[in-house]
Amino acid sequence: MPFHGVDFLGIDSLFNEEELAVRDTVRRWVDDAVMPIIGDRYIAGEFPQELIGQMAELGLFGANLPEKYGCAGLNNVAYGLIMQELERGDSGIRSFASVQGALVMYPIYMFGNEEQKKEWLPKLASGEVVGCFGLTEPDYGSNPAGMITTARETDAGWTLNGTKMWITNGSTAQMAIIWAKTGDLDDPGSIRGFIVPTDAKGFTSKDQKGKISLRASDTSELALEDVCIPRDAVLSESAGIKSPLMCLTQARYGIAWGAVGAAMACYDEALNYAKTRMIFDKPIGSFQLQQLRLADMLTEITKAQLLCVQLGRLKDAGTMRPEQVSLAKRNNVNIATDIAREARRLLGANGILAEYQSMRHMTNLESVYTYEGTHDVHTLILGKAVTGISAFE
Amino acid sequence: MKIAVCLKRVPDTETRIKIGADGRSIDEDGVKFILNPYDEYAVEQALQLKDSAGTGEVTAISLGSSASQETIRTALAMGVDRGILLETDALPLDPVPIGKALAAELGSGDYDLIFFGKVAIDDYSHAVGTIVSELLGIPSVSAVGRLEIADGKGTAEREIEGGVEVVEFSLPAVLTAEKGLNEPRYPALRGIMMAKKKPLEIKPVELEEGGLSVVELSVPPARPAGRIVGEGADAVPALVEALRTEAKVI
Repeated sequence: MPFHGVDFLGIDSLFNEEELAVRDTVRRWVDDAVMPIIGDRYIAGEFPQELIGQMAELGLFGANLPEKYGCAGLNNVAYGLIMQELERGDSGIRSFASVQGALVMYPIYMFGNEEQKKEWLPKLASGEVVGCFGLTEPDYGSNPAGMITTARETDAGWTLNGTKMWITNGSTAQMAIIWAKTGDLDDPGSIRGFIVPTDAKGFTSKDQKGKISLRASDTSELALEDVCIPRDAVLSESAGIKSPLMCLTQARYGIAWGAVGAAMACYDEALNYAKTRMIFDKPIGSFQLQQLRLADMLTEITKAQLLCVQLGRLKDAGTMRPEQVSLAKRNNVNIATDIAREARRLLGANGILAEYQSMRHMTNLESVYTYEGTHDVHTLILGKAVTGISAFE
Repeated sequence: MKIAVCLKRVPDTETRIKIGADGRSIDEDGVKFILNPYDEYAVEQALQLKDSAGTGEVTAISLGSSASQETIRTALAMGVDRGILLETDALPLDPVPIGKALAAELGSGDYDLIFFGKVAIDDYSHAVGTIVSELLGIPSVSAVGRLEIADGKGTAEREIEGGVEVVEFSLPAVLTAEKGLNEPRYPALRGIMMAKKKPLEIKPVELEEGGLSVVELSVPPARPAGRIVGEGADAVPALVEALRTEAKVI
């Protein structure tokens, strides 16, 4: 059955015709291309590579970047709705698009020179090249400023050394945006971004085995051992830890929307199940226990939707602040994890099967809860924003 | 090549239809409307012909209320060049006045090919495309499943009972698209953004009344529950008997 979304409060009236058309197109594509295969691919533990070309053709990569670089030139609300619909399918599919758009294309667009933009953005938009984003390290997750990957200037260009971990698309990518310190290890101001081809000598990627979450996604570890790249591979305008953090703000913005999609998928599944699953000669939806579950889910989804719309309008107006993104990411992913778990429970024994979606979303969302700033870190960002006192610096 | 595609705005196939208070129309409240699925094949075929020719123009034409602009925009987002809405408050059931209004517009457009979906999934009249071709005095092929256009003429295949009929025709012509003629594309996101910049002309039209009127709409009776006649091979005679005498299907 096609997915019709959740709109209890007439929130569709807050979107314009193009935004709705974008959403409905992606929604339909997810129904046609993602839903029939995702359960099996999740079990198999593989990202559906065959979707990359289709996503590119639709224009999903870097969709909020300008048309002159081969992108769709959408506003941020339409971009958010794309993320919502993709994650309604699976967090792994949305993660792929988030990385390609917000973490690879965005830094090239923001910090690259015109030549780099012209060379890379059209290829990334068309899916000809897949990229990944190397910031996190084995010992530097919530504290990326402490990274120990280095870039040293040589006569020939730059030499990079270090290890990056939890890298989405890491083994699929042909190019990586690698963040490294060009100065002392205690100087986060010396962090700069580099465009590194993944077939460069000394660059290796290793699939991170044994995941119980985001199974339909490529998560890899990258090792850079004396990787030499030309002088012009540096993103010339990148300057300090602030640059990769700006990328994360973009990605987190998409995640705030995406989480709503995952929550909607679970609620929709739970609602349909509650209306049709008979027990004691009546549908389980006639019991107050399940009605409470559904009412709670609906309420939290509706609040999260409103957060997204307002955040999107702020972003389009150019006034969005990073801590506002933290609030939305923190809340929306948190409620989505709760909704997925409650939906799984409502589904009873059937809920543990991959034939249903809720448990897949439930396990995926544990990663989403943890990546792009853990729930806890966003709590501290908000704490700092309101008290003026940083708990972690 | 100049190509026209005629479109209709119809309720989504997934929509649960409710009959309106007058008993003669559907209650449109909460109903999602879409581009008629058969018209999508028509749009796709027109776009493919233009793409392979590398030149030409595709015009989408719809007859209906102001809301049909949205339907035309869908086609524009898929890649159609321009749209024309023949605006009218209400569509009659009778396909003849609809055919006349469309033919009046199409006749002045100098089109080489005019596409329709073979049927609109709301009233299932199967008639408008053929009526238009009669009014324009040009050939028509309905329910086209395969199409080739070369050297000013066309070859179309249509599925008929137990076989395939191959039809040759001269241009200009009216063609109505069967399911499976092609695989309609998704509108690319860039296409959606470009659609609002493409020309969409709105022309008010007055329709003749026509000779048909809706007396009453009713929903089909609920299906009676199934019956299990028995189990295993022993039940076969009872099943055959039931199929013969009750269901009357063998």
